Amino acid sequence: MNKPNLNTVAPLTRRSLLRTTGLLGIAAVPAVSLLSGCATGGSDASSGTSPAAAGATSAANPLGVDTSAPLEVYVFKGGYGDDYAKFDEAIYKKSFPKATITHNGIQQVQTELQPRFVAGNPPAVIDNSGASAMVLGTLVGNGQVTDLSDLLKAPSIDDPSKTVADTLLPGALTATTFDGKVMALPYVYTAYGFWYSQSLFQKNGWEWPTTWSGLVTLAGKIKAAGISPFAYGGQTAPDYFMQPLISLAVKLGGVSTVTDIDNLKAGAWQSEPMQQAAQAIAALVKNGWMMSGSAGLTHTQAQTSWVQGKAAIYPSGSWIEAEMKGITPDGFDMVLGTLPSLTAADQLPVTALYTGASEKYIVPAQSKNVRGGLEFLRIMLSQSAATHFSELTHAPTVVKGAASGQDFGSTAFGSVTKAITAAGDNTFMYLFPSWYPTMATALKTEIGNLLAGRSDAAGFLKKMQATADAVTADSSIKKYTR
Amino acid sequence: MGHGKYRIITLFLAAPLTLYGVFVLSPFAQAFYISLTSWTGFTAAQPFVGLANYRKLASDPGFWTALEHNALLLVAVPLVTIALGLFFASTLNVGASAGTVKGVRGAGPYQKLFFLPHILPAVITAVLWQFLYNPQLGPINSALDAVGLGSLKATWLGDPAVALWSLAAIMVWTGVGFYVVLFSAAMQSIPKDIYEAADLDGSSRAQAMWRITLPLLRETVQVAWIYLGIAALDAFALFEVLLPDGGPDNSTNVVAQYLYQAAFQNGEFGYASAIGVVLCLLTLLMAAATFGLSRRETIEF
Repeated sequence: MNKPNLNTVAPLTRRSLLRTTGLLGIAAVPAVSLLSGCATGGSDASSGTSPAAAGATSAANPLGVDTSAPLEVYVFKGGYGDDYAKFDEAIYKKSFPKATITHNGIQQVQTELQPRFVAGNPPAVIDNSGASAMVLGTLVGNGQVTDLSDLLKAPSIDDPSKTVADTLLPGALTATTFDGKVMALPYVYTAYGFWYSQSLFQKNGWEWPTTWSGLVTLAGKIKAAGISPFAYGGQTAPDYFMQPLISLAVKLGGVSTVTDIDNLKAGAWQSEPMQQAAQAIAALVKNGWMMSGSAGLTHTQAQTSWVQGKAAIYPSGSWIEAEMKGITPDGFDMVLGTLPSLTAADQLPVTALYTGASEKYIVPAQSKNVRGGLEFLRIMLSQSAATHFSELTHAPTVVKGAASGQDFGSTAFGSVTKAITAAGDNTFMYLFPSWYPTMATALKTEIGNLLAGRSDAAGFLKKMQATADAVTADSSIKKYTR
Repeated sequence: MGHGKYRIITLFLAAPLTLYGVFVLSPFAQAFYISLTSWTGFTAAQPFVGLANYRKLASDPGFWTALEHNALLLVAVPLVTIALGLFFASTLNVGASAGTVKGVRGAGPYQKLFFLPHILPAVITAVLWQFLYNPQLGPINSALDAVGLGSLKATWLGDPAVALWSLAAIMVWTGVGFYVVLFSAAMQSIPKDIYEAADLDGSSRAQAMWRITLPLLRETVQVAWIYLGIAALDAFALFEVLLPDGGPDNSTNVVAQYLYQAAFQNGEFGYASAIGVVLCLLTLLMAAATFGLSRRETIEF
């Protein structure tokens, strides 16, 4: 029991500290003093009986939801809005007419919900997303989120002979699996790669290549046409180039190339495939194929240059269509280009795809309505809810087959669903930035150096290996494996 | 009578003191307590770890790099801002040609113009400079090109050699206007006959500045230095908006950002509080040192 107790501070020290700070009346620690304003002295969370225990189950209510328990839903109101969740809430209300549903569309997730966690009274469903999302690893480490295995084992809404887990795309739950347990449900499936304008390519007779040497030849042609082949936003998102780099390495060396990195295996960063992939990216820099000034642009500025036709190819995830809506000129027709094969001897086919999943929904363990939270997620994973989401947002969900074959009038969405289908089970992703935040910071710095030409491939990999080694050596950091 | 007076004083002071205690002192105390725990930010329990966070801080290269950047700002920003502030203020107040003691023509509008940047919120300032510093389309590089100084063009926020100074320049730009007004007010309180006497004795403008204005403005400059020092030790809003990840090659990370990263990216609220407490102590130290080093007898006039 660690109730905060201010008396543990020696009275003299505290008084003199307060007196001096008070006298000068300055707040040199505004962030901390603000955030801790209500942090201490909160009520203690009940850690005994779990409210997650299931009630009576039936075919219509396989998760044993208390039919009259109120359900509080918090949805991050970002690029996808929060309207889609109202559709899902209506379905819930239909199944459980006695339940009161409170819908909240918010942006500052941590600011609004951190106090609820501290007080031991979090809501049932949270879309933990956005710039101010709560660190999932921390919540998991504290035991504050529900293990979703009951949901995944439950029958799916559309076909009770299939479990919910059976209806999800491959790799959908990789990012939220901690030591074998799925702790969050990412709802949006994201495909990563190089993006280009279909109309620009058609006008110039360019084809998206399937080999890296083909891409190099193409980049030379683009440059000759007076356009920068590549661009990136060095100020805020140089790490957007990491997905292409890893994709090249994984296609060459197989999925273990990236799982070794995540598992902090000795020398994983300096493996042969990583070296070749880093050299391939470094060569783009050396050839002068990065749009000049990219190092001093935000990703928004870089993307704006890209849709204005100053650069031809931009690395990103499939959120880019929604992000650039309104700025992208009509007829730009952005499409996803899957990373080409680095060599003829690549282990994975060229269709292999870096995929991620975002909009991570959690059901807080201390919520008063854990079973209702799980049921809400089950509803979200139904074909009708998922298709409705994609239609509204032009983003694919983790639900297999939902909205497939449709493009809702969007070249980007069409190319993404095509790439996902073509990839099949050959999908991969890295997890180290979310497991080890210090590595996320180091990655941004070091790949920024690589792309600006301040370091070469070997230097980049050496620095990243050193960061990984430091994490390995630090016993205070909780380690994860996959 | 005496009792009644104290009762009224107590009554009137109770409310503000309570508010001050709840909203200012108690958060400080809590931050200090949290710095002695390994709190992650989400639990009711806050495991006590003693001084472990402070020990970790002492050997954390990320913290020292950030502190180094604050130290550079602490020297450069007040120095340049005060120098420019004094220059503009004296131009506006005593800058007219010899024989008269008044400002250059059109001083009034200038003063308002100078003050303008100061009333912009930090985030707006950041967005504005984001545009100005755009290496491709930004007006700064375009202007350099236009006047034939293309060789001076830079990737202002993307090059580790210039990024910190690009940000420092924004801080100076924001600050100068306020200090022009502050110094102007102080200069106007200096009796004109002192300048007239100096003029008769044949002193130059520069001499009058060094021998008369500066000594009589010493206390105002001291206050300015402390305010600018606090701004240089914080610098959070501007830096976080423009270069949220510590800048190119980690060349612009400052302590307040490092604190933010520890709390909100790494989930180490205990450690972040320790950084905050150290930052607070450093700010107090800086203020005390400024007062101590520049203590001299006040000149009455």
